[in-house]
Amino acid sequence: MIKMILMLGVLICSSAGGDIAMTYGMKRIGELQGFDPRSVLRFLGRAVKCGWVWLALSLLGVSFASLLILLSWAPISLVVPASAFNYVAGTFGAKYLLKENVTPKRWLGVALVFVGVLLVVATG
Amino acid sequence: MTQEHTLKFKTLVTVLLMVLCANVGDLLLKRGMTQIGAVQISLDGLRHAFLSTVQNGTIWLAILFLLGYTFCYMSAVSWADYSYVMPAGAFGYATQTLLAVLVLHEAVSVKRWIGVFVICIGVLLVGQTKPNTTNSQQAAS
Repeated sequence: MIKMILMLGVLICSSAGGDIAMTYGMKRIGELQGFDPRSVLRFLGRAVKCGWVWLALSLLGVSFASLLILLSWAPISLVVPASAFNYVAGTFGAKYLLKENVTPKRWLGVALVFVGVLLVVATG
Repeated sequence: MTQEHTLKFKTLVTVLLMVLCANVGDLLLKRGMTQIGAVQISLDGLRHAFLSTVQNGTIWLAILFLLGYTFCYMSAVSWADYSYVMPAGAFGYATQTLLAVLVLHEAVSVKRWIGVFVICIGVLLVGQTKPNTTNSQQAAS
């Protein structure tokens, strides 16, 4: 059980950190202008030149490896909802690192998601 | 259709695609890892798990779906707030649990279903907020 909680901690930290770094990087390189191949290639070209995207991909790689390990240990209906603990860390990161305006209604939604995840994990 | 409605529609379609790719990808990952067996946390165990993983076709198919998820996610956060896209994607937890029961025949208790239901209410609340509360460049400056 302890090794599962530790691995879940690795998954949550790397996943939330990776998502925040990815969002920061994407905001720097700008919006995808269209879904035609030329626009997509130009968008991907800008993405591969951004250091934040590479940091995000490294963290998301760690997150993927820990997800694989967890999936080999426990049912998917437990592992995947449990990974949603990163919502709280992610929303704090969005507010304080990305300077997004998180409204009370959005906080309430995120809190409900968190309570739901706690209920799911409690059944494990 | 106002600009805000267009933005909401574009974000909704991208998030739905994102959820579909994530659900199928995770199901395939679980199937692949079940074929490989429980990973042992030791040098030999991790080496064996790594070699088995890269040789497993189901895992590669899962990765293909997860790349689709990543592309949808990267697109969505390029125009919408992270704190909007991230919880909106949580709707996938409900469909993922349903797929775990239907496809993998996992046992899911009433308490776990209630948890999934509460997650969905949270997601609906988040979906009623504005997708972008900042300027694209402002967040990065």
